[in-house]
Amino acid sequence: MNWRAYFARHAQTLVGSLGRIVHQPVAAFMTMAVIAVAVALPLCLHVLLQNAGEASGGWSNALDLSVYLDKGATPARAQAIAVELRRREDVATVRVITAAEALRQFRDYSGFGAALDALSENPLPNTLVVTPALAASTPEGSEALKGAIAALANVETVQLDTDWVKRLNALLDILRRVVLLAAVLLGAGVMLVVGNTIRLDVLNRRAEIEVMKLVGGSDGFARRPFLYSGVWYGLGGGILALILVGLATVLLAGPAERLALLYGSSFHLTGLDWSTGLGALAGSVGLGWLGSWLAATRHIRSIEPS
Amino acid sequence: MIRFEQVYKRYATGRDALAGVSFEIGAGELAFLTGHSGAGKSSILKLIALIERPTRGQVFVNDRNTAGVGRRAIPQFRRQVGVVFQDHKLLADRPIADNVALPLIIAGVPRREIDKRVRAALDQVGLLGREKHRPLELSTGEQQRVGIARAVVAKPPLLIADEPTGNLDPDLALEIMQLFKRFNEVGVTVVIATHDVHLIDRIGARRIILGEGRVTAESPPGAAP
Repeated sequence: MNWRAYFARHAQTLVGSLGRIVHQPVAAFMTMAVIAVAVALPLCLHVLLQNAGEASGGWSNALDLSVYLDKGATPARAQAIAVELRRREDVATVRVITAAEALRQFRDYSGFGAALDALSENPLPNTLVVTPALAASTPEGSEALKGAIAALANVETVQLDTDWVKRLNALLDILRRVVLLAAVLLGAGVMLVVGNTIRLDVLNRRAEIEVMKLVGGSDGFARRPFLYSGVWYGLGGGILALILVGLATVLLAGPAERLALLYGSSFHLTGLDWSTGLGALAGSVGLGWLGSWLAATRHIRSIEPS
Repeated sequence: MIRFEQVYKRYATGRDALAGVSFEIGAGELAFLTGHSGAGKSSILKLIALIERPTRGQVFVNDRNTAGVGRRAIPQFRRQVGVVFQDHKLLADRPIADNVALPLIIAGVPRREIDKRVRAALDQVGLLGREKHRPLELSTGEQQRVGIARAVVAKPPLLIADEPTGNLDPDLALEIMQLFKRFNEVGVTVVIATHDVHLIDRIGARRIILGEGRVTAESPPGAAP
């Protein structure tokens, strides 16, 4: 075997199989479009999850702890606790809201002014709003800080509302599995689609394969152009899928930002990252190759000259 | 070169094509297989090219027992045998040059060498200059000559042909036969199956006459066991 001739032959087959695809543009495009949809679906879900994760990550970082003091704590005691807390390394800022301040704010915003006047004493406690330091802004860090503050004298309750973040993260974890599962199933679908296209292609070229075998061509030789066809289908479908995902991202970016703005967030929709995109493309090409290999091997083997 | 020892061939349909065929063809010989249609000519050629396997008995080609050639070794085996078919079996969607080049491409011959050898083979069959034509632009006789060029381009030591003149008028048929004779003269072993007895008379070569799956006569008689 002459290696230069071998590689030259491979290059020629590669281009030749592309030429055959170009000669049947509609059929080839249909196959690629089916692959594109199958690849784009899990990719879109992936982008969606990635953005959801980023958005919720932003919220959990900004989680404050609300510290409610008991009835016996005076405003001075509240200030003393604040000073103590500010010394801690895992605390960024502490804001003191005295019972009187809280009542005034409540009166201003709630519209229950008259009802509040009827009360003989202020029902609201002195409150501290503690923002954890950036390093302690993890769910574990906030939990630890919560425990430390709860142990202080005069502290009635510490409220850390991370439960919904945890639930959201658990939900996202499930959805990530779903995306993975969908990707596996749709990947199998890509293989079947390519396999079926290649099967028809092999049967259409039965006479040619017979002649190849008659003059001493091995199964591998007859299979080679079909493998390259499979690679082209996978590549075309993969590129189409990336275009679809790109279009979807562009279409959703505007509305997503408007929605975020309504929540006072500067959230920005991120598209597909390069490594995932290239990975999906490589996967699509690989599945195209594998699908054509399986179909071509099986059907070429069954074609024998007679 | 070729030796058949008590070869039987029964097809899946139950038809007995060969019923105890024995003969030997030496290296460098030119031999005709004749007999009525259904006498077993084609079956013998298929056994030589390993398109079929004998039901019983043994077939030796190039001094090798074909029973020992496994599925994976068949391509390599067939590269030693040039085959010409009655219906040419050319690829209609490719130019003549590509059709003739196929055995060389399969064997991994470098491109420049392929061009040279394809032109040489086409020259030998009198079709030089027609490389770019498609098979259907050629006459039946010319298509048959393309088939012959493809069979000889890789210089196999053995050339077999199944009714190569079946569709040709007598003048063209003689021309084709003389072409085979020329290849035989440069040392290629040639086996041709044909029912055209008049044509064989004009060529004058060894004949193995088949009838009902057996060798019924040979001429000249006793030239082989």
